[in-house]
Formats: sequence, structure tokens, C-alpha cells
Amino acid sequence: MTGRPVDLTATAQVEALRAGEISALELVDAHLGRCEDDRWSSFLAVDAERARARAREIDAMDERPPLAGIPVGIKDALSTRDLVTTAGSRMLEGFRPVYTATCVRALEDAGAIVVGKTNMDEFAMGSSTENSAYGPTLNPWDTTRVPGGSSGGSAACVAARQVPWSLGSDTGGSIRQPAALCGIVGVKPTYGAVSRYGLIAFASSLDQVGPFARTVADAALMLSVIVGKDPHDSTSLEWPEPIAVPTAERLDGVRIGVVEELFGEGTEPGVRDAVRAALATAEGLGAELVPVTLPHAHHGLAAYYLIAPAECSANLARFDGIRYGHSAADAGDLLEHYERTRAEGFGPEVKRRIMLGTFALASGYYDAYYAQAQKVRTKIVQDFAAAFADVDLVASPTSPTVAFGLGERVADPLAMYLSDTCTIPISLAGLPSVSIPCGLSDGLPVGLQLAGPAFAENRVLSAAHALEQAIGFDTLPPGLDA
Amino acid sequence: MARLSRLALDDAEVDTMRAEMSTILEHVDSIQALDLDDVPPTTHVIHVENVLRADEPGTSLPHDIALREAPRAADGGFSVGRIG
Repeated sequence: MTGRPVDLTATAQVEALRAGEISALELVDAHLGRCEDDRWSSFLAVDAERARARAREIDAMDERPPLAGIPVGIKDALSTRDLVTTAGSRMLEGFRPVYTATCVRALEDAGAIVVGKTNMDEFAMGSSTENSAYGPTLNPWDTTRVPGGSSGGSAACVAARQVPWSLGSDTGGSIRQPAALCGIVGVKPTYGAVSRYGLIAFASSLDQVGPFARTVADAALMLSVIVGKDPHDSTSLEWPEPIAVPTAERLDGVRIGVVEELFGEGTEPGVRDAVRAALATAEGLGAELVPVTLPHAHHGLAAYYLIAPAECSANLARFDGIRYGHSAADAGDLLEHYERTRAEGFGPEVKRRIMLGTFALASGYYDAYYAQAQKVRTKIVQDFAAAFADVDLVASPTSPTVAFGLGERVADPLAMYLSDTCTIPISLAGLPSVSIPCGLSDGLPVGLQLAGPAFAENRVLSAAHALEQAIGFDTLPPGLDA
Repeated sequence: MARLSRLALDDAEVDTMRAEMSTILEHVDSIQALDLDDVPPTTHVIHVENVLRADEPGTSLPHDIALREAPRAADGGFSVGRIG
């Protein structure tokens, strides 16, 4: 092994450990140093003691599990037993879950070592991580800019080489958009691919857990461990085939649909150029580019901002100050107690979405808003089905812009929502999708989004890998060599 | 709406919220114009069948663990304020 351990991909770390070139404790220590000196506020909590104890256990093992000793960051929306889990909210300040999310447990069973919990927009509602009650995360490429969101901490910690990979969750783009803005790989699997048990619910028909990594192969490796049916989540699915670590170098015969609607108004020229260049590269690898149309895609944002708040208003009803979490002191009767607990515990964006959702579900508005949004969802599902009758994958920018400045969109919720224009239609259709870094615009990373039909994870990852190899993007942010 | 949402908001918050919600609702109103009368709604994207598990007793959370995070517990239960 040459160079710093933190520069190795997870796959290379597995090899180095297996070859005895480094111990699990040395590897964990190398990463913990960067986690504890957290210049980007990627983490809300780092549990060095537990991580080191686990590393020592692994070093003492004769037979090691496949991911033995590899550090991982976990989005704070995922429950970790006895390790404080806040979902970025005051409502859950100091909350210690009594069980561990299935996907986290799968990683731990495979030998991965949880080093800490990563920052996020409160209850995953946001696109910049500025809605965290504990302050924003900074983008490792430019610390005056946001890392994207809601899984901004999970993206930043991988970009900043604090960990080789992490887990995030994606409801409308919360893995792909921060991956794009931080110059790394993010995968949102097919809805139901990964158990949601232990994921603090935002919008249950959309929420999906997935990996962040610096290479597609690493992301695929992590996904292969967390995918599959879980008796604790009845919407999780029996997976039809193992997730393979991709090796493809060519794209011969692959038909890639270019979604013209998602290159439209609001897309920065630098983003458009980088994505077009990546598509030209794909063509050079043998892919065929086919223009496709998703006529209802531009209604996706409106549908999403009715469906997601409606589901969140129901899901967040559980935060009542009775069983766990924040509880208002000296409140009067039960109703007043609920109202004050929730007013004190939730931040402005969460309140806004609960109110929107309550409105969309209210008698008299239900048909016009919520039911209409669900019908738009059907049209979007049909648009994708029609596209996939002709092409193998669809491609677009992941985010219409590169990372924006801290504070730039805070006062304008709608402008913030527009960050997710390209990712939301895919979420509404429940499809697997990956964002890979495809170039720079003004020195900031641009993400290319590829999506496929449900269960086509291997196809999507394989194409993403081939393209990643050809593009050769350097994931090391400037000034981070030290 | 704040009452229905179980959120105690002061007047200033209500004003801000009203303005922001109006902007957002103006945007989402665009879908009202679509003619979708014959389109079925989608509530779940991947087809799943309802399932029942075998009726076999399993382990549950121990009592003290279930109550561990409770802001107020009394007599082995969650303590709540007076209703109404």
C-alpha cells in the first residue's frame, strides 16, 4: 500500500486489510483523525471509542467478514442503538434509539465500522443541509457553498475523505443531488430495494436508503450488502438477482434516452455543457443516444410538493412529546402540550411542510390537491414506462446548478425546491438512479444522472461504471491534499 | 390549519407561513389545469400484495427499554397530561 489510507477506495481498503498491509485499528484511526477535525461539520456525532473497540475486535478475528474494518458514516435519519440519533432536529436532541436500522445492521454484520452520524436537513426536508437544527455542513469543494441536501453530511464526509463511503436517504433527490454537488457517486435504489426499518420516516411512499461513495464499484459493493427483503418492512422486496460490482468498460448497444425536458430552463450552461460532454463520451464507448420525452416531468415538482408534505404531516404526527423526544415543560392540557411540544421541537421548514400536507389532505382540498398529485404521479410513471419501451437508460443532469452559496436560497423555499427538478420525477416513479461526477463548471462538480427501470440496478451501475472510467473525474477537492 | 397540524404558532409565524404557503400553492396549482379525470391515482409504485405473517409469538422490547426515552413515565407507563 502506498500513500494515505484515507485516499483509498473502500474496495482498496478491503484489499489492503486482507493483505495485512494495514490493521483495522490503523485504518479507523486514520479516518477518525479527519472526523474529529471536522472542518465541514459533516458529522453530528462521532463515536471514536466504539469504532476503535470494534476495530480491535476485528483485528483479533481469524475469520473476517467481507467488509471487515471499513469505516462508514451513517445519515442521522437512520436509527443506531444507543448512539444518539436526531434526524437533524431539536425534537430528537439526545435521543438514543432502542434498535438499529436493518441496513446499518447489515453493514455492521458485514464488518463495516460506524464512525459517526452525519448532518442533514431536519427530518430530511431540504436541499442544502441548512435546515439542520445543528448548523449547516460546508461543501469540501468550496466552504462558502452548500453540500446539497438533505444528506449533505453523508456526501461531504465522503468527498472530504473522512470515510470512504456512507449511507444516506433519498426522498426527492436527497442522495443524488448532494452527491452531484460534492463530486461523488450517489445511488438511489428502486423503491423497496433497501429496508426502511429504522429510517426515521419522512414520506413513506418515496423514502429509500442508498450509498454514497467515491466510485461506482464501491457504491455497488455497499448496495449489495444492504439490499433485500426485511420482515420488519413489508414494502421491502425480495431482490431478483445479486447486485454485482460492475466491471464494464464499453457501452456497446446500450440505448441511452436523453431527457430533453430536464436540460431546460433553469439549467446552468456549465452544467448542460458538462453533461452533454459526458453523453458524447458515452457515445464514444458505443452507446446510442436517443432523445426521449417525459411530457409530465415538469409537473413532478408540484406533485411532489403535495405528496411528500401530505405523507410527512401524517408521519410526523408521532412526535407528540409523550413517548420520546422533546416535550414541552408545564403545558396545560394534552392538546396544548402537543402544540407547544411541536412548536418548540420543529424548525421552520418542517412546520411549513406539515402545514402544507395538512392542507393538501384537508376535507374540501383533498381531491384538488392530494388526489390530483397522485394522478400526476401515475402520468409520470407512464411516461417512464413509455421511454423504457425504447431505451435502456435515461440520462439528465442531476441538479440544474452546481453548489450554491450558503444562505442564498434560505429565504425562498420555492427556489430551494427547484434544486430537485431533475431528481423528483424518478423518485415519484420509484426507479433506480445514480449520480456520477462528470466534470466541473466554474471549478465545482457537475453530476450526471442515469436511471433505469425498476430492478435494473445492475444495468444502471454497469453503465455508470463504464462512463466513470472513461471520464476519469478526480474526486479530490482542491486544497484537500493535506 | 396550525391547530389541525398541532402547532402553536405566534402571529408573526402565521404571517410568514401564510405568505410562503401562498407562493408554494401558486406553483403547485399548475397541476389543476391538467385533465386527469380518467387517470387512476398512484399510491405505491411497486406492486405489493398485503401479507400476513405466521401467528408466532416473538420477542418484544423489554418494558424498561421501551420507556427509556420517555420524557415522563409513571407506574410503568407513559405519563400524559389532562385531556381537555
